[in-house]
Amino acid sequence: MTTASVATAGWFRRPTSKRGVWSWLTTVDHKRIGILYGATAILFFVIGGVEALFIRIQLARPEGKVLSAHQYNELFTMHGLTMIFLVVMPLGAAFFNYMMPIMIGARDVAFPRLNAFSYWVFLFGGIFLYSSFFMNQAPDGGWFGYAPLSVRLPGHGMTFYSLGLIILGISSTVAAVNFLTTIINMRAPGMSLMRMPVFVWMTFVVQFLLVFALPILTVALFQMFFDRSLGTNFFSSANGTSDPVLWQHLFWLFGHPEVYVLILPAMGIVSEVLPVFARKPLFGYPVVVFSGIAIGFMGWGVWAHHMFAVGLGPVANTAFALSTMFIAVPTGVKIFNWMATLWGGSIRFASPMLFSLGMIAMFTIGGLSGVTHAIVPHDYQQTDTYYVVAHFHYVLFGGAIFGLFSGLYYWWPKITGKLLNEKIGKLHFWLMIVGFNLTFAPFHILGLQGMVRRTYQYPKGYGFDFWNMVSTIGSFTIAASLLVFFYNVRKTRKEGRIAGNDPWDARTLEWTTTSPPPEYNFEEIPVVHALDEFWHRKYVEDKEGRIVPVPSGAQEPAGEHVTGTYAAHGEGHGIHMPSQSYMPLVAATGMPLVGWGLAFRQYWLAIIGGLIVIGGLYAWALEPAAEE
Amino acid sequence: MATVEHRAPPAHQTSTGLDNAKIAMWAFLGSECLLFGALISTYLLYRNHGASGTPLPHEVYDIPFTSVSSFVLLMSSLTMVLALAAIQRGDHHGTRVWLLATALLGMTFVSGQVYEFTVFVREGFTVRSSPAGSAFFILTSFHGAHVTVGILMLLSLATMSLRGQLPTERSTTVEYVGLYWHFVDIVWIVIFTVVYLVPATK
Repeated sequence: MTTASVATAGWFRRPTSKRGVWSWLTTVDHKRIGILYGATAILFFVIGGVEALFIRIQLARPEGKVLSAHQYNELFTMHGLTMIFLVVMPLGAAFFNYMMPIMIGARDVAFPRLNAFSYWVFLFGGIFLYSSFFMNQAPDGGWFGYAPLSVRLPGHGMTFYSLGLIILGISSTVAAVNFLTTIINMRAPGMSLMRMPVFVWMTFVVQFLLVFALPILTVALFQMFFDRSLGTNFFSSANGTSDPVLWQHLFWLFGHPEVYVLILPAMGIVSEVLPVFARKPLFGYPVVVFSGIAIGFMGWGVWAHHMFAVGLGPVANTAFALSTMFIAVPTGVKIFNWMATLWGGSIRFASPMLFSLGMIAMFTIGGLSGVTHAIVPHDYQQTDTYYVVAHFHYVLFGGAIFGLFSGLYYWWPKITGKLLNEKIGKLHFWLMIVGFNLTFAPFHILGLQGMVRRTYQYPKGYGFDFWNMVSTIGSFTIAASLLVFFYNVRKTRKEGRIAGNDPWDARTLEWTTTSPPPEYNFEEIPVVHALDEFWHRKYVEDKEGRIVPVPSGAQEPAGEHVTGTYAAHGEGHGIHMPSQSYMPLVAATGMPLVGWGLAFRQYWLAIIGGLIVIGGLYAWALEPAAEE
Repeated sequence: MATVEHRAPPAHQTSTGLDNAKIAMWAFLGSECLLFGALISTYLLYRNHGASGTPLPHEVYDIPFTSVSSFVLLMSSLTMVLALAAIQRGDHHGTRVWLLATALLGMTFVSGQVYEFTVFVREGFTVRSSPAGSAFFILTSFHGAHVTVGILMLLSLATMSLRGQLPTERSTTVEYVGLYWHFVDIVWIVIFTVVYLVPATK
């Protein structure tokens, strides 16, 4: 009897280790989860990058023989899936996790265990997708998975695609619900919506997009999965009564909001970095916020511009051409606001700033080529050519990845306590931006010359040879720039300069706490009085209207902090933080088992996986609130 | 009722004054709207897409039967409200009775759906027979799966209540499960109207 009850108590005991592997496996700390997201995303960035290098080696010369057609299909499909779902989205999530709660003055997210669950489901979803390689069954129908091809492709590749993206969708939906609740409900006293940093605002918009866009993709993926496994007739039927365009509608109704899911976090980061390094407040903060919200709404009305060549008819094409041109307006507004922020500022060209400026320049190029797609006859000419590939690499690499690297350089000292080396950082930037343009600018020319995308070879004598070779050289330059980044990380780890709380003289709340922040983020929950709260604590206007630092010792006026239930005693003793838990990890391990079981029709495996998920969730609900 | 000394969790002052879990549940239900929206749209696109030799959905529907099972499901929303009212006034016996009644009504509905499916399949209208069949069966079985998840949550709540783990202070748990349950009911009203009642026109 006694032993049994002890065993039960042991099963339900909350883990407490603060160091070592178990502390990471059981963590519910939003900062650690953010680091896990970031590290995993960078690992996948390397994998997706190697896939891109293989593609570029194959295409360096006409009639390349390095890859077979099938291998090429697998590589470009997995490259796209990896970069979108396993790199840009989770890198954004890394910053949402780490920075957003601190920037709104919270101690953690609304549901810490759910947050850990999101990460583990993401990780296992990524492992599930990549396990297809080891079974020689990698997805080979493109990241867009156009039906009916995707339904009729032999092997298990597109089954892995549908199930893998469903698992990743669960992760993102759960995370989005969590972040939405956090931003709505966990803001520090005085942190009204219009005092939130732009990065938090963009996070907020992104979570709305995810919450509403992902279920549409989930439905389409289920329909694809049932078509492949159950023999349903959603996209492909023997007598031709199903409608393959349905897939495109559902996919792009998800897919276009998804584009803004990828770019808005980068826009948020740029809007944080520019004011700090131009030493001016963001120009037109409310306009930047509202244009972000406008993008969030208008993003739902432009999806058919991916389908101009499908034959929807002139009325639909015209309507979507107009809405697509309109959505360039709020995007353009942001770019002008950023330029006005720089105007007259005393600019410091530190590496975070360089990456932000690179983002603005490259994203503008990508945005302009995007507007050319909105013109329907123009799009007829460009569709399925490398011109489109050039466009979306300019917005997703030139926009999103440059923005995210800006965030890495900007917040690295906050996360690790050490400043990344500036000289090496600048070398990284210049190598990357040169390599990026060498790689992707030629695609514009190749596309207009008529080079078709998604094919594994091109014939001699079409004039494609030179620019393809340039592009391949560029892609290796990007790879070299990443090696420089990793060298910088390693060097900084060993001998980096200690950052202190506020190395950049920044404006937002995350810089008020230590680097790295304690588990509880703030000893006392800050009270917010203004936009750019931290700046206003550091600087005041003197009698002549000049900006002068607040005399030291007076930065934090007495009586300006909430004490109450979180009353801090010295070093955070008495602050109630959520307990660690095994259960998010346990529940998430069941997900890939369900996937493998369904893909290979080993239903016993799917049932075991399902029981692990359900059992994990029940144990989660029942485990004691805290280890006393 | 004995005064239970319970450790009050630290009074989290939220920005809106609402409970986190309530906001999360509403966000999740918002997401579910789009899930069912996509499924219902697929059905509307395909409801006349038959295949030769197999019936179209409107040729197999048994409206009186489905009306009865829809009524059963609607009544379960009433019992759900009664369960919430019971726990809010501290009537734990009543809570369990109404939770179990809700679960039972839900199970009746799901059983009716299973019966309906077997009849349709016998008449040649299956998930593979035509795009209309695929759209109908996947839509309604997704809904059925949602009802089943709801039943599991209700039974779990009833078990917790029996073991004394559902004190009046945790009545919000019943409230949030109730939100989910009412949502699933409302979705069924839409499905019943749009899928079954609105006549198919060529």
